[in-house]
Amino acid sequence: MLIPHIEPDKCNGCGLCVGVCRCNGLMLVHGVVVIVAGVECDWCAQCEAVCVSGAITCPFEIVFG
Amino acid sequence: MKHSDAIPRLELLADSAYFTGLGSTELEAIDRLLFEKRYRRDEIIVSEGQAAAALYFIAAGAVKIFKTSADGKEQILSIVRPREAFNEVPVFNGGINPTSAQAMTPVVLYGLDRNDVHTILRTRPQVALNVIGIMAQRLRHMVSLVEELSFKRVISRVAGILLDYAGDGVAPGTRLTQRDMAAMAGTAREVVARSLKTLEDDGLIYLDKQRIVISDKGALQQVAGQVL
Repeated sequence: MLIPHIEPDKCNGCGLCVGVCRCNGLMLVHGVVVIVAGVECDWCAQCEAVCVSGAITCPFEIVFG
Repeated sequence: MKHSDAIPRLELLADSAYFTGLGSTELEAIDRLLFEKRYRRDEIIVSEGQAAAALYFIAAGAVKIFKTSADGKEQILSIVRPREAFNEVPVFNGGINPTSAQAMTPVVLYGLDRNDVHTILRTRPQVALNVIGIMAQRLRHMVSLVEELSFKRVISRVAGILLDYAGDGVAPGTRLTQRDMAAMAGTAREVVARSLKTLEDDGLIYLDKQRIVISDKGALQQVAGQVL
């Protein structure tokens, strides 16, 4: 299952990523973002776009088709 | 969005760069002029071309500021977050909104009506000085964005990055975020996102969940080799 990469030490708990996620795949636990288990991420990367601290990222694998 | 998620009004005013140097009595007077508005995710808050009614401060959520081209392409100019303001240009300068604003999450705004903003500027010179400083900073950001939006140069660098980091199917390629690509290309993340969208629209790549698939290597090499 695809999940964004989270660096908890960088998370400031603002919750903007939770609000922007259309899959409802993120939540704040004790002020730090975590992935909601069982939710399929559509890799829109909006969480990465809105995060000011770089705590959540969506790395792409680049391949030849 | 819970009301308790929103920054309290006086706290937001005290933290705002617009009202630096004002005392508590003055802040309370401005607080009485504020009105609150709430938007759901994806709702349009202001539209490009419409008359501007108010200056908005974000108490909760994030707002996307963008322009739309004649052929419907969107250029994101900035993302505005809590404690920041938007819609200043038409409020200070008159005229219509030069940009649109859309809620990226559920949003809570505190607004100051245009006429009240003008009264504050006339009666509190410190606020006018603060505004000058903020507008100067905003101008710097726009000049930098104009520089980065020499679009052809950026899309060539992004194409080169994709070619350099693509895996060959046997050994997987290095995984890159859009932030990584922006840092490598010396540009903003939003410009990388637009470049990838353009390359996809032109059929050179396609995005498949967490993979960027290069579907036309030859054409991508041509784009990478383009110079201004």
